[in-house]
Amino acid sequence: MAFFRTLFKTRGEAVSFACFALLILVILPLALPVFRLNLVGKYLSYGFVGIGLVLLWGRCGILSLGQGVFFGLGGYCMAMFLKLEASDPVTTAIQSTPGIPDFMDWNQLTALPKFWEPFHSFPFTVLAIFVVPGLVAFLIGWAMFRRRVGGVYFAIITQAIALILSLGIDGNQGYTGGRNGITDLRTLMGWDIRSEHAQQVLYFICVLLLLGSALFAKYIINTRFGRVLMAVRDQEERVRFSGYDVAMIRTFTFTVAAMLAGLGGALFVLQVGFMSPSLIGIVPSIELVIFAAVGGRLSVVGAMVGCLLVNFSKSAFSEAYPDLWLYLMGGTFIAVVMFFPDGLAGLFTKWGTIKNRAAALLARFRPASATTPNASQPAK
Amino acid sequence: MSTPKDYVLEVEDLGVSFDGFKAVDGFNFYLDANTVHVIIGPNGAGKTTVLDLICGKTKATSGTVKFKGKEMRGMREYCIVRAGIGRKFQNPSIYENLTVLENLEISHPAGRGIFGCLLFRRTPAIQQQIESTAAQIGLQDKLDTEAGILSHGQKQWLEIGMLLMQEPEIIMLDEPVAGMSVRERTETAALIRRISANRSVIVIEHDMEFVREIADRVTVMHLGQILSEGSMETVSADPKVIEVYIGH
Amino acid sequence: MFSEYTTEELQNIFMMQGFSGLSLFSVLLLMGLGLALIFGQMGVINMAHGEFMALGAYTVYFCSTLTEQYAPAFGPYYFICAIGIAFLVCALVGALVEFLMIRHLYHRPLDTLLATWGLSLIMQQTYRSLFGAREVTPTLPEWLMGSFNLKEGLDIPINGVFVLCLALLVTFVMILFMYKSKFGLRLRATVQNRKMSSAVGINTGKVDRVAFSLGCGIAGIAGAAFTTIGSTGPDSGSRYIVDAFLVVVFGGAANMLGCVASAFGIAQAQSILEFFLEGTKGKVATLLVIVVALMLRPQGLFPSKVRGH
Repeated sequence: MAFFRTLFKTRGEAVSFACFALLILVILPLALPVFRLNLVGKYLSYGFVGIGLVLLWGRCGILSLGQGVFFGLGGYCMAMFLKLEASDPVTTAIQSTPGIPDFMDWNQLTALPKFWEPFHSFPFTVLAIFVVPGLVAFLIGWAMFRRRVGGVYFAIITQAIALILSLGIDGNQGYTGGRNGITDLRTLMGWDIRSEHAQQVLYFICVLLLLGSALFAKYIINTRFGRVLMAVRDQEERVRFSGYDVAMIRTFTFTVAAMLAGLGGALFVLQVGFMSPSLIGIVPSIELVIFAAVGGRLSVVGAMVGCLLVNFSKSAFSEAYPDLWLYLMGGTFIAVVMFFPDGLAGLFTKWGTIKNRAAALLARFRPASATTPNASQPAK
Repeated sequence: MSTPKDYVLEVEDLGVSFDGFKAVDGFNFYLDANTVHVIIGPNGAGKTTVLDLICGKTKATSGTVKFKGKEMRGMREYCIVRAGIGRKFQNPSIYENLTVLENLEISHPAGRGIFGCLLFRRTPAIQQQIESTAAQIGLQDKLDTEAGILSHGQKQWLEIGMLLMQEPEIIMLDEPVAGMSVRERTETAALIRRISANRSVIVIEHDMEFVREIADRVTVMHLGQILSEGSMETVSADPKVIEVYIGH
Repeated sequence: MFSEYTTEELQNIFMMQGFSGLSLFSVLLLMGLGLALIFGQMGVINMAHGEFMALGAYTVYFCSTLTEQYAPAFGPYYFICAIGIAFLVCALVGALVEFLMIRHLYHRPLDTLLATWGLSLIMQQTYRSLFGAREVTPTLPEWLMGSFNLKEGLDIPINGVFVLCLALLVTFVMILFMYKSKFGLRLRATVQNRKMSSAVGINTGKVDRVAFSLGCGIAGIAGAAFTTIGSTGPDSGSRYIVDAFLVVVFGGAANMLGCVASAFGIAQAQSILEFFLEGTKGKVATLLVIVVALMLRPQGLFPSKVRGH
């Protein structure tokens, strides 16, 4: 019970979480054909980044415009494993060097690069999905938060890192697959991930991991650590002089957010079947921030809903009115930032408080009209 | 120990310059256990800078700061705090959207690391300590009040309470009674006397009446250097001090 | 990487690439000056700055089309006027944006960044609707074409020289304006202490608006300069935005001379490396060096010196 209370501070939180879980775990799988469900799974893989942004941006006040980097790193780790499996010597017999990924062969590589070797192993890959983004984030965070870099500077530098990584992958076609990315992924340890059944299973794996991550984030938010995070955001100096290592707290949060993003990237690759630098650069990284902003930067459930909602409307609108979509997207973004900084979740709680206040006001009037005559009588 | 007497804090030849401007220069300061030591001086004398230098907020360019014989200069702020030096800022800096209880709890030294934070539980002993601290600062009835709606004086006390939760051996207070009413001042004076029973307190203050009430020892600063030091009677009779204050 | 060239070839390569680096330097410098004014001085980040540059470039294109159609005789001179018009158009749009959006967000710098990004999406789409997705090039007057032949195998294009002079002129005027004019004084005062400035009677809201629109106007000049060395598309501006940010941050945010120095360094490094390293590797290497340098020295090349920070 105490643990439950750590996860959900109010009944509203528990209810909204349960509703969202019900939606993605039961209603959508029943209502949608597998093709659509797979799309939802793709959107939900952005949800991992959203959860990380709630911790990092909403709670700790650090805006990273480079979350695509970690999403991409996790995704590339997964894609490298799947690509190696898809490039066994038999299938690639027609290549001049069989047994290496096709794009390497096209780029006149004759041997697998050293850094690809470990990705033959599945346990290593799973480890790398967390460790690679985590380590990169830790090093960046440690270097910058120690020197008290934050705010706008941090945003710009993380954005530059997103540009560097996407250009770097783009420019090294032989080693990374270049602009096209790593494509034509088929099986995961012999299991065909393109079949309908596999896509359904992968969807549920994605949903369960997402809900697990959300609970993990909620746990962090509602412990003392969560309060310290908000304190760092609002009163950095006081926290430091209460004996906390502020730089370490920020670095840790950044690392956790990066690992979540990496997991999201890996699940994206499993469900979508490719990874490319176009998912890493400036624009996708900033779009990830929009998803969280629209849903609500302070709310874990809000951020996940935001990912679903923005992507749904994106696919609905951009198919029908591709020109209007960018206006709508830009306009929504400006509106959210200017008028609803806490996003949909903020509107939801605000509506709750308005309702409560109205109810309280009514309650005050009703007994007042009933008791006033009685109350005034003894006074006379 | 090399020094004849064991001081809690020994500051020797402390100095800092900002682009050639010496804000504090050749500052020597010895703090006895369980005393209230007040630093006074006209504006721009470098009083706040001295506190900044001791607690590591500003990096000193020369000198030593020894806490119980251990060098503090060059250590990170949070390490200095953990060693046992607490600092209150001039403006009340508390967590406005947390309750008084949460404010005090977050300042408790248990679980200051990452995982300590994540696994922190409010034990009966901590609850006990929070309540007794709240009683000491006169906020025992306000434990569940959001700190943002406290009065200015109560906020100042809460911040002192947050320092007390850290159980430091030295507490540094920067103008704790600025903006307080007369009654609040009297209570604050009593509070400072009380907490100095088992720790040392460094106070920066302008209000001479208040200084007279609390000070065991007074240091007068002027232009980044020490002008005079001793009991309140000694320094207020010092002609150099009188000249600076009247000339000012 | 140098071994396959003779010394003289290397010399010429460095001269040529160095000169094409100067053109990039001019654009980055003009972008950076506008950004430095807005970001460095006001703490506000303008993600749509690149789109303001594109707006300047499109204005020049528009002027060129108009001239061709209605006053072909004016052809040789229109470009000078177009630079001024580009400045005015961008400054006006900038003032409007400041009025409608930015001034409500001054205390929330991170949100300004996101809101201006939303604005940049809208602006890009507007260009696409008005001018099409294809890149356009204004007809440049004759006197901007051709090149000075310094010696055998070394040609210096005139448009490059022109853009360089323009950038240096704008920088010079900007420095004069900041440090000699009354408005510059007010602006610097507002940066140092907003409350105090408004207490002594400076209309800080107006200062903010003028500074923002001035920054956008300079981006417009950058756009005009850009048309002489490249063609303009809806996303031309966004291609330079990260470089421009890095110019400002690397130069030390509030510092004009730092801005010049870092624009020069970044442009030269990119231009020379691009020749020797194929494709985008030159750019990646340059950006990587800057980012690592900024991590180790976040205050940039020339930090502003303020006591207590």
